[in-house]
Amino acid sequence: MGESFISAREVAAGVRAGEWTARHVADEHLAAVAERDGEIHAFLHVDPDAVRAAADRIDAAVAAGDDPGPLAGVPVALKDNLCTRGVPTTCASRILEGWRPPYDATVVERLVAAGAVVVGKTNLDEFAMGSSTENSAFGPTRNPLDPSRVPGGSSGGSAAAVAAGFAPLALGSDTGGSIRQPAALCGVVGLKPTYGRVSRHGLVAFASSLDQIGPFTRSVADAALALDVIGGHDPLDATSSPSPQPDHLAAVDSGVDGLRVGVLSEMLDMDGVAPEVVARVREAAEALAAAGAEVVEVSVPAVIYGLSAYYLIAPAEASSNLARFDGVRYGLRVDAPTTNEMMVATRTRGFGPEVKRRIMLGTYALSAGYYDAFYGQAQRVRTLIARDFAAAYERVDVLLSPTSPTTAFAFGDKTADPLTMYLNDVCTIPSNLSGDPAISVPFGTGGDDLPVGVQVMGPALAETDLLRTAAVLEGAAP
Amino acid sequence: MAERITRDDVAKVAQLARLALSDDELDTFTGQLAAVLEHAEDVAALDLADVAPTAHPLQLGNVLRPDVVGPTLDRDEVLAAAPSAEDGRFRVPTILGEAP
Repeated sequence: MGESFISAREVAAGVRAGEWTARHVADEHLAAVAERDGEIHAFLHVDPDAVRAAADRIDAAVAAGDDPGPLAGVPVALKDNLCTRGVPTTCASRILEGWRPPYDATVVERLVAAGAVVVGKTNLDEFAMGSSTENSAFGPTRNPLDPSRVPGGSSGGSAAAVAAGFAPLALGSDTGGSIRQPAALCGVVGLKPTYGRVSRHGLVAFASSLDQIGPFTRSVADAALALDVIGGHDPLDATSSPSPQPDHLAAVDSGVDGLRVGVLSEMLDMDGVAPEVVARVREAAEALAAAGAEVVEVSVPAVIYGLSAYYLIAPAEASSNLARFDGVRYGLRVDAPTTNEMMVATRTRGFGPEVKRRIMLGTYALSAGYYDAFYGQAQRVRTLIARDFAAAYERVDVLLSPTSPTTAFAFGDKTADPLTMYLNDVCTIPSNLSGDPAISVPFGTGGDDLPVGVQVMGPALAETDLLRTAAVLEGAAP
Repeated sequence: MAERITRDDVAKVAQLARLALSDDELDTFTGQLAAVLEHAEDVAALDLADVAPTAHPLQLGNVLRPDVVGPTLDRDEVLAAAPSAEDGRFRVPTILGEAP
């Protein structure tokens, strides 16, 4: 299945030049899915006939002399919390089983307008709440590099689809690390853009002040291309940034000569961060120094409070967002004599344990008497974190840290105690709280030969600096 | 400083959240929520009286669009996805209960 591992840029170049057809590319990727997704379970929904029909439309455009766009014929996988018109969108929850949205998310429209071919919808932790995909109502996804391990989460299906060669590009959503952590565990590139850079119209909301959509790819340049396609202002998302987008792809190969890089000291000392992961981050810093960057160690003191603040803010927003699942307008309804009883019965049967846990936590944190002590306090910590990051970015252009404390772990390893699972996000959460961009790029392996991800963070709208740093690390990876 | 969450608190919160929890779930959630809140004590204990809260990473105000009619979702298509609809509306069971 050679062609199923080439890059998005190569696929599109070949389709545009008439070297191969989008149909051939689609068939190769569908064959890879048919061969291995029974084991991996990256997808919740694939409709091969629809995939072939979409590819045929691209080929017809090429035959007519039209240019289908920068993603011509590129197979893409979409996390199943992104709305796709007429195609099931479940959020890996029983409460949305069978629902077919009446519209496409803006990112889906933009991908398709750029010539991409949607392969299918990928598995996730229910409503994107989790770090392993073990919380999916439809069964977990396996890590293609070692099927006895988790792929990470919550966008585990998208990460696995790219790692397994089912698609060169997938989209996920990142609320506390849900793109970067699975990218790290599956050995692929995962980018969380700046809050507001990519429209969230059509993303089923988890925590609205934190959620951001971004790409999974097997190369940094493909991530830049994907951002060029999906980013930019959208009037349908009131939180969409009006700032014009630079050409990210053009900046990827510009190197790091003179770039100021800070190794974020607190994240090397955090509980549970494995020594082998710290070693890879230090080697990554050396590689950047060798490429001409000025490397220093930088302290961002408030990041140590990120996890606590996040697990008050995100559940609070989730408890509010998920109030819309009440059996009235879409999805599951469990019949009962009165509307209130119907809503309770529907939500009780429709939501899984982790979603209920977070709704409970958030409802408590927002309830009278506790609001100031928990939610209000967490919002003040958010100010501290943003302030400390801003101070660091006066001294350096980008920050370096681990993405995930460990390499991919075994199924069931962290399910007994929710807090143990939450600790996976300790290095990724601060960027969500500040709204700044961050990317995870594979850099070497741990003792188990599984990939380690290095995280590069930067100030708002500094994606080009992140991408060129990540590209140097990609080239220097052991 | 917040006191420890009790089983009664959890039962009350479940009611607010429109969830019916079994006795086992009430016990489990009481312990698990207490553990998360205990972890959050590091944040709850900070003296942040002079720090302004951040609700949102962007410094955007209200975003308005011109007040002109644009395309909207098709009503029939939206209602077709509802568990129950009638006469162009969402249909729900009794809201106010039977008259005495």
